[in-house]
Amino acid sequence: MDIFLQQIINGLVQGSIYALVALGYTMVYGIMGLINFAHGEVVMIGTLVTITVAGLLIKVGMPVALAGLAGLIAAILCCMALGWGLERIAYRPLRNAPRLTPLITAIGMSIVLQNLAMIIWGRNYLTFPPLLPKMDFEFAGANFTLVQVVIVLVSAATMGGLLFLVYRTKLGMAMRATSQNPAVASLMGVNINRVIAAAFVIGSALGAVAGVMVGTYYEIAHYQMGFMLGLKAFTAAVLGGIGNLAGAMLGGVLLGLIEALGAGYIGDLTGGFLGSHYQDIFAFVVLIVVLMFKPSGLFGEKTGDRA
Amino acid sequence: MSKWLNPRSAFGIALIAAALIALPFVAAMGGQAWVRILNFAILYVFLALGLNIVVGFAGLLDLGYIAFYAVGAYTYALLASPHFGLHWPFWTILPIGAVIACFFGVLLGSPTLKLRGDYLAIVTLGFGEIVRIFMNNLNAPVNITNGPQGITLIDPVAIGGFKFSGTTQILGYSLSGPQKYYFLLVALAILVIIINLRLQNSRIGRAWQAIREDEIAAKAVGINTRNLKLLAFAMGASFGGVAGGVFSAMQGFVSPESFSLIESIMILAMVVLGGMGHIPGVILGAVLLSILPEVLRYGVGPLQMAVFGKMLIDPESLRMLIFGLALVLVMRFKPAGLWPSPERKRELQGDA
Amino acid sequence: MQAKLSVVALSVAAAFALAACGQKEEPKPVAAPAAPISKPEVVVKLGHVAPMTGPQAHLGKDNENGARLAIDELNAQGMEIGGAKVKFELMAEDDQADPKQGSIVAQKLVDAKVNGVIGHLNSGTTIPASKLYSDAGIPQISGSATNPKYTQQGFKTAFRVMANDVQQGKALGEFAVKQGIKTVAVVDDRTAYGQGLADEFKKAAEAAGLKVVANEYTNDKATDFKAILTKIKSTKAELVFFGGMDAQGGPMAKQMKELGIKAKFLGGDGVCTPEFMKLGGEATEGNYCSLPGMPLEKLAKGPEFKDKFNKKFNAEIQLYAPYVYDAVMVMADSMKRADSVDPAKYLPAIGQTNYDGVTAMIQFDEFGDLKGGAISVYQYKGGKLEYVETLGGGAVAAVKEAAAEVKEAATAVAGAASAAGADAVKAGAEAVKGAAEATKAAVEKK
Repeated sequence: MDIFLQQIINGLVQGSIYALVALGYTMVYGIMGLINFAHGEVVMIGTLVTITVAGLLIKVGMPVALAGLAGLIAAILCCMALGWGLERIAYRPLRNAPRLTPLITAIGMSIVLQNLAMIIWGRNYLTFPPLLPKMDFEFAGANFTLVQVVIVLVSAATMGGLLFLVYRTKLGMAMRATSQNPAVASLMGVNINRVIAAAFVIGSALGAVAGVMVGTYYEIAHYQMGFMLGLKAFTAAVLGGIGNLAGAMLGGVLLGLIEALGAGYIGDLTGGFLGSHYQDIFAFVVLIVVLMFKPSGLFGEKTGDRA
Repeated sequence: MSKWLNPRSAFGIALIAAALIALPFVAAMGGQAWVRILNFAILYVFLALGLNIVVGFAGLLDLGYIAFYAVGAYTYALLASPHFGLHWPFWTILPIGAVIACFFGVLLGSPTLKLRGDYLAIVTLGFGEIVRIFMNNLNAPVNITNGPQGITLIDPVAIGGFKFSGTTQILGYSLSGPQKYYFLLVALAILVIIINLRLQNSRIGRAWQAIREDEIAAKAVGINTRNLKLLAFAMGASFGGVAGGVFSAMQGFVSPESFSLIESIMILAMVVLGGMGHIPGVILGAVLLSILPEVLRYGVGPLQMAVFGKMLIDPESLRMLIFGLALVLVMRFKPAGLWPSPERKRELQGDA
Repeated sequence: MQAKLSVVALSVAAAFALAACGQKEEPKPVAAPAAPISKPEVVVKLGHVAPMTGPQAHLGKDNENGARLAIDELNAQGMEIGGAKVKFELMAEDDQADPKQGSIVAQKLVDAKVNGVIGHLNSGTTIPASKLYSDAGIPQISGSATNPKYTQQGFKTAFRVMANDVQQGKALGEFAVKQGIKTVAVVDDRTAYGQGLADEFKKAAEAAGLKVVANEYTNDKATDFKAILTKIKSTKAELVFFGGMDAQGGPMAKQMKELGIKAKFLGGDGVCTPEFMKLGGEATEGNYCSLPGMPLEKLAKGPEFKDKFNKKFNAEIQLYAPYVYDAVMVMADSMKRADSVDPAKYLPAIGQTNYDGVTAMIQFDEFGDLKGGAISVYQYKGGKLEYVETLGGGAVAAVKEAAAEVKEAATAVAGAASAAGADAVKAGAEAVKGAAEATKAAVEKK
C-alpha cells in the first residue's frame, strides 16, 4: 500500500509539471489553433536563465531564497519577451498561410532555440542550484520532499489564476471572443493582435514557471530538455481536449499518473512482458483509446476542422 | 499523353536523364562519400513523395511516417541477415516489406478515421513512437528485433550473381557500390514519381483533393471518404516500406535509433518546405533539406577559419542553427513552399 | 518547360557544386621535406575516426591526441619497412557519433586508400563502419569501442585493444558477489551500450548465485526515475546496477536517496566520470563504477606516458588516449613484422601481435578481441574516484603463466623420469608442486 501511495505521489508531481507546460500549449492553441512546437524550448530557456541568474547572485553572496526569486523573475521576463518575439517575428506574418506552414515555422524555431541555447550554455548538463531547503516528509511509508509539495501547489495556484484571468477579466473575455471567431471579435472592437500576443506572453510566463519547477525538482538542465517535456505536455493537452484549460490540467495530471502506475504495475500484471521499457508508450496508448471514443479529447468541444 | 511527345519536353527529359546519369560520376570526383550523400538524398525524395500522398494529396497530417520506413527496414533486415539465418533475395523482400508497411498503414488509419487535423497529428506521432519503442524492446522474451543492438550483416542487394556492394568493372569502367545503389535508387524514384503523377490526375487523386479541401462536402457528393483515407495511408506506408528496405540493404545495419521522431519531422518539413501536394516541389524540398546540412558541414567550419582565423562556434551547432533559420525564413516569405502548385499559389494570393 | 529547364540547371549546378565541395576535401599532397633523402620514402596513411563535434567532442579530441603522439614518435624513430623509410600520416575524421555519418566518413577513408584505421570511438559507429573496412580489406583497431558485436561479425579486419562489455559485465557481476550482496535490481537505458552491459552483468550475477529481483528500464533522455525506483524499493534489492550514462545515472542516484533507498549503486564506465559526480552530488558517495583497463598510475609505463602526453598537448588525458596510442603502435609493429605496409600483407601479422604496450601486454584472440582484458573498479569517496581493485587482465595472465609453468615442470618431470635419476624425479615433482601452488595463488588473487 505504501508503494502504491508512493507511485501516486510520483505521478502527481510529474503530472503537475506536465500540466503547467500543457497550459502554455493550450493557451496558444485555444486562441489561434496553432501548435506552438517551440513551447518546450521556452521552458528550457526559463530553466537555463534561472541557473545563470540565481547562480551568479548566490556567488556574490545573496541569500538563496532571494536569489531564487530573482532567478524566477528573470526567467519569467526573459520568456515573456521570447514569447512575444516568437509571435511577432515568426507567427504573425503567417496568420493567413496554409495550416501546416506555422507548424514548420514552429519546428524551425525549436531547432533555432535549441542550438542557440547550446551555443550560449554549452553542450554539457548543468546543475541547478538548490533553491528550496531540503526537507523530507514521510506519510504512511511514502517519502516526499518540500519541492514536490511546492510543485503541486504552484501548479494548482497557476491554474486558478489562469481560470480567473480567462473567465473574470476583460482580457479574458477578449481572448474567448477571439478564439470563437477572430473576424467578428475584431469587429466588436477587440484588438486581435494584442490579444494573441497576450496569449503568447502569458503562455511563455507559465513556461518559465514550469522551467524553474523542473530545474528545482531534478536539479539538472540541458539544452535538449525541452523537447521531450514539450511532447509529453502536448500529449497531455490533447488528452484533456486541446484549447480547454481545465482539460490541459487534468490531462497533465492523468498522464503523470498513467506513467507512474504503468511503470510500477503493468509489468507484473503482464508477467514481465510489458515492463517499464514501455513506460513512454502507455500515455500514447491511452491517448489513442480516448480519442477513438471522444475524438476531441476528454473535455474538448466538438468543433469543425480549422482548415 | 501528347505532352510527353512534344519535342521540347523530350529534349528536356533527355537533358535530365543525361544529368542523372552523369551525376554520380561527377560527385565521385569529390569522393565516394558524396555519392553516398546523394543516395541518401534520393532516399529522402522517395520518402517525401510517399508522405506527400498522405499529407499533400489527402490532407492528413502524419507525424509518424518514419514508422513505415522502420517497418520496411526491419522486414528487410530480418529476412536477409544471419539474425534468423534467412537470406531471401531482395526482389521478394521489397514487396513483402511494402505489404507489411501497408498493413501497418491501415492499422494506424482505421482507429484515426474520425480524427481531424491536430488530433490526428499527435496520434500519428504516438504511433511512430510506439513502433520505435517496440523495435527497441522486442529482444525479450523472444528475440525478434535484437533490441537496441540492432541487426548487422544485412545482405546487400543482389540480382543473380551481381552484387550491389563492392566495386565491379563494366565495359572497362569501374562502378563503385554507392554508384550502383544510386542507379537502383534513381530507377525506384522514377517509378515512384510516375505512380505519384498518375495518382494525382486519377479519379482517386481528385477524390483525395476533395477530401483535403472539404471532407463534409466530399462525403456529400458521394465520395467514400473512409476507404479513400485508408487508401492514402496504405499507399503512403507502402512507399515508406520500400524505402526502408533499400536503406537496410544499403547501410547493412539497422537499429531503432535511426527511426526517431525527428526523422518524421524532417520528412514532413521536406514536403511542406518544397510545396505540399506539388510533386516537383516535394522533390526539391527533399533534395535541399538532405543536402543542405552536408554542404553546411563542409562549409561552416572552413568558412569560419577563413574569416576569423579560428573556430568561434562549434560548426555542428551553427549548422543546425542555420538549418532551423532557413526553415523559418522560407515559411515566412514563401508560406506555400518554395515551389507550390500553380492552383495553390493562386488560392493564396486570392486570400491576401 | 521552363520549369523543366530549371530542374536541369539546378541539378547540373548541384553536381558542380558537389564536385567543387568534394575537391576541397581531397587530402592535400604532402609537401616533400626539404632535406635530401637518400632512401625512398613511403607515406603510410592512417585514418582516425571519432566524434570531434557534439557532446563527446572532448573524448574524440583525446583519442586523436593519443594517435598523434604515437605517430610523432614513430616518425621520430625513422622506422624502415621493406627497405624504405616510412612516414606515418594521420587522416583525422569526425563521425559525430552518428552511425549514418560514420559510414560516410568510413567511405571517405576507403576512397583515400588509407593503410589502416584507428577507431571509431563509439560502438554505434564502429559496427556499421567495420563492414566497409572489411570489404576494402583495411585493418581497423579501435581503442574504445566496447560492444562485443564489433568483433563478432566475423570480419578479419576488426581488432580492439580494450576489454569489451562482456568482460566488463562479467567482472562487475563477480565484484557484486564479492561485496556479499545477495539481491540485485538491474536498470538499463535501452541503448546498445546500456542494454549490452546490463545483460552481461545479469548473466554473470546469476551465474555467481545472485538473485536478480527487478529488471527495470529507462531511456537515455529521461530525468525522472521515481516510478521505477519505487518499484525497486518494494523488492528490497541490496544493489542497483545501472547500464547507462552519467547524465541519467547522477539524477538516478539522487532520486534513490530521496526515496529512502539504501541499496548500493553500481555502474560501468558510463557513470565513471566527473560528470556523474557533478550531477549526482552527495548521493554519489560510496557508489561503485568500473573502467576497462587499469589506472595509469598502476601501469609500468603509465606515468611516463602521462608525462609525455601532458607535455605535448598541455592537456590532461581524458579517457581512452593511452589505448588509441597503443592501437597505433600495434599497427606499426605489425607492419614491421610483416615488412610491408600493404594491408593485405600485414593484416595477418596483427593477429599474431605480442606487443608490450602502455595499457597491457597486447595479444588478440581469434575474434580480434584483447586477450584477458582487465577491468578496474572504483568508488566515489569524498568527491573523488578512488581505485578499489582490478579484476581480470593481469590476474588472468598470471594464471596463464602459472599454468604454463606447471606444464613445463611436468615435462621436466617426464624428462627426469626417463633419465631415471631418483633425485631428479623428486626435484621435478617439487617443481610441479611449486608451480601448482603458484597457480592456486594466482587464482585466489583473481
